[in-house]
Amino acid sequence: MNNLAGFIKKEFIHILRDPRTLIILFGLPVVQILIFGFVIRNEIQDVKIAILDYSKDDVTREITNKILSSGFFVLSENLTENNDIEEIFREGKIREVVIFESQFARKLEREGKASVQVLADASDPNSASLVVNYTRGIIFDYLKKASKEAAQPLKINAEVRMMYNPGLKSAFMFVPGTMALILMLVSAMMTSISIAREKETGTMEVLLVSPLRPIHIIVGKVTPYILLSCINAVVIIALGYFVFGLPVKGSLVLLLAETVLFISLALSLGILISTMASNQQVAMFLSVFVLMLPTILLSGFIFPIENMPKILQWVTFIVPPRYFIEILRSIMLKGTGFFNIWQQTTVLIGMTLFFIILSAVKFKTRLE
Amino acid sequence: MQTILFILQKEFLQIFRNKTMLPIIVLVPFIQLIILVNAATLEMKRINMEVVDNDMSSSSRKLVDRFRASPFFSITRTTFSIKEAEKDLLEGRTGFVLHIMPGFEEKLGKESKASVQLLVDAVNGMTASLTNAYAQSVISDYNSDMVKARGGNAFISIMPKTIDIESSYWYNPQLNFKYYMVPGILVILVSMIGAFLTALNIVREKETGTIEQINVTPIRKYHFIIGKLIPFWIIALFELAFGLFLGRILFGMPVVGSLGLLFLFASVYLLVVLGLGLLLSTMAQSQQQVMFLSFFFLITFILMSGIFTPAESMPAWGQKANLLNPFAYFMRVIRMILLKGSGFKDIAGDLISITIFAAITLGMAIWRYRKAA
Amino acid sequence: MNSAGKIIEVKDMVKKFGQFVANDHLTFDVYRGEIFGFLGANGAGKTTAIKILCGLSLPTSGEIKVAGYDVYTGREQIKTRIGYMSQKFSLYEDLTVKENIRYYAGIYGLPRREINIKTKTLLERLNICNIANTLVREIPLGWKQKLAFSVAVFHDPELVFLDEPTGGVDPIARRQFWELIYEATGHGITVFVTTHYMDEAEYCHRVSIMSEGKISALDTPENLKKQYHANDINEVFVKIARNN
Repeated sequence: MNNLAGFIKKEFIHILRDPRTLIILFGLPVVQILIFGFVIRNEIQDVKIAILDYSKDDVTREITNKILSSGFFVLSENLTENNDIEEIFREGKIREVVIFESQFARKLEREGKASVQVLADASDPNSASLVVNYTRGIIFDYLKKASKEAAQPLKINAEVRMMYNPGLKSAFMFVPGTMALILMLVSAMMTSISIAREKETGTMEVLLVSPLRPIHIIVGKVTPYILLSCINAVVIIALGYFVFGLPVKGSLVLLLAETVLFISLALSLGILISTMASNQQVAMFLSVFVLMLPTILLSGFIFPIENMPKILQWVTFIVPPRYFIEILRSIMLKGTGFFNIWQQTTVLIGMTLFFIILSAVKFKTRLE
Repeated sequence: MQTILFILQKEFLQIFRNKTMLPIIVLVPFIQLIILVNAATLEMKRINMEVVDNDMSSSSRKLVDRFRASPFFSITRTTFSIKEAEKDLLEGRTGFVLHIMPGFEEKLGKESKASVQLLVDAVNGMTASLTNAYAQSVISDYNSDMVKARGGNAFISIMPKTIDIESSYWYNPQLNFKYYMVPGILVILVSMIGAFLTALNIVREKETGTIEQINVTPIRKYHFIIGKLIPFWIIALFELAFGLFLGRILFGMPVVGSLGLLFLFASVYLLVVLGLGLLLSTMAQSQQQVMFLSFFFLITFILMSGIFTPAESMPAWGQKANLLNPFAYFMRVIRMILLKGSGFKDIAGDLISITIFAAITLGMAIWRYRKAA
Repeated sequence: MNSAGKIIEVKDMVKKFGQFVANDHLTFDVYRGEIFGFLGANGAGKTTAIKILCGLSLPTSGEIKVAGYDVYTGREQIKTRIGYMSQKFSLYEDLTVKENIRYYAGIYGLPRREINIKTKTLLERLNICNIANTLVREIPLGWKQKLAFSVAVFHDPELVFLDEPTGGVDPIARRQFWELIYEATGHGITVFVTTHYMDEAEYCHRVSIMSEGKISALDTPENLKKQYHANDINEVFVKIARNN
């Protein structure tokens, strides 16, 4: 047992001595959480627009004021003719043009009807539809207030409840995903590369002929990463809570237990990869293509699984982080108990056992 | 000059002889375009929704029919119990619930005013706000059609003013998200190929010791660096052409603007990327370190470049930081040229900035590169 | 031989890495046309010294001139006058024999015509025309070593540095390799060679023995043997090590 303690200590020193690895281990989580939380936003705010007002009367001016004072839009330019639109869109300075027809107020007064054209630059389709919808909302709002309440027949009012994330903060969505990504990186990728390095430099042979039992070698290799992963998980949860106000509505104990389960799964995957890879580079490529890319793309981390083509949706069923992210979101945001996530938990336990058995078999055949 | 030719000859020999290099050059664009464009989609079509219609009137049924007809929604379950629907929402089986309460039609008739409830799973704020926007527009369309339908009878005297809002989506009328993603993926593709291959190539020479042999020769630094960069510059430009071709065939990617202009910008942009790869290689001793360093830098650059979300939505400090992010420039310019047909005048500012970038990164790379052991 | 003049002049050369002193006040000269052996155990500071002399790294202090140029200011000029062969051989494994020669010769600025002619005579002299178009990774180590040496002297340098050139090669191949070195000195090339094979020291005109960053002895092999009452250089080395 003394041997083992010494071995674990040596592994720790190895990791802590390499500043570049440390930056990856602790810098990456923090940077990613901050970028995701602050920078990746789809919120409509200060969108630059242009106005082409052929009428220039009180009504158009009032609508324009309403649009510009909403906080969603800022005026970039006042256009004078239709021909300018093409050019200003091409310059890429603005995302929307609002056009009022001539004699807008008169038409509205006499015929009860006037028209507005809203042109959006849909080279970014999602923000284009949001921008158009916001503009429509503002114009409708103007109309509602301008006409008397009584004259407004048939109004269906939609009460919207944004469940679990009333502020629509992107951090709520990204923090659980980043946690899965970082745990994969630290636990699986680092472990597999570290074991592969021992193999490549031949020190693995030395360890194998030493009095340490193979299980001790694995435990010794893995323990530092378990600790580092746990620290990372706690740092991420704390960052989410203190910087972005991300709640942990459910049980913190359950959350940590599930996290430990996922760390074990990632570690067993890392060990499995290291048994398959003969050198660091193979381990690295396997990690990137088998672990990192699916975690980023096919886990529902950034891109909703429901939007993917059916084939890719099927593939996501074998991507472990998919289940972990669902569990995290349920516990943190929805405050569900174990009862609602037992299925995902079972899948994760099953996968962990599978990977451990598989790597044990692989390890044995290699020794024999 | 002749020295550069000798280096070029040798680099190309090595590249074409390398059995893993060619598959990377050919397969990576395929995989990236097919998987990334399909997986990395924030396109909102056929959002799974559940309907709780506790009114069961003809008005409520008509409203539900509106949702059923909309291309944005797909009704997966109809139930009478809001509890059931809320449970599905909680367990992630649906993303959106339309709840019509009893007395909907009656209120609409008597008070001309009624409410429906929309429950949106807002864990993903982006999709939640889009879902809400689409639902609102379905409801308001229904609303104004009803007004028109009733307009023909007794209500005509108090017919309110209406404003027709005609919206049109330029450059991408079908709101095809793939047209947005393909250029973004192309930026990632050429940048990764350019930066990674350059960095790995030079670090490999460090590992095998051949760089030392070069360093004891009287070769000039810039000769060596030019000789190293040109092959990857050509390969990356080839990748851009190949990727565009694939995008055109697989997804019908429109090319509105001038390809010449695109390649002009790309060729300057690539100098920046290659310079970065070179800088990374001067900082690292092993291929593993290069991988980690580039992973770190590339992820940050890519996420901030506005590949998934508009860079304009970032907070002010993020947008300032983006002035230093070469990816952001190319991301913007490639979309402008391909989708909107922007011309030289429109991208001149970006071109000047990226040229300055190229001068700085290459200068730094040459300065950092030491002909020493 | 001594009359031919000094090609390397080293006075009080010191190289420190942090606290560690790799070269501790080395002083020695190398004369044109001689084979100068630089002996010592692994880690004695041989490679550090050779890298400074080649212009790959700067010394911490000391006065050093190589081929008439100062190593602080004339490193690039030095590089035009010297050849270098490292213990790693530094050939591109995925290029053929001919391609390797052409690449390095091209970097030294030799014109293409001259490269072609000289390559042909070289291949004939080494009797390896049959493997001219074979990848370097597929040829035996002994041949790689000869090739690496020939590449290092291909541009007719005044002085060639060989850093542990015979590592991992069998005795027969080592013997043949030394014949190549003699041939090069016959063409007037000065050879500076580091090795930890003491028997190879006998081939040198003069040897210096380094230990722990210092030069412990410097003379012809015969004089050293006399001075230390030894039968061969190996014994000299063991005696020096014991004195320390």
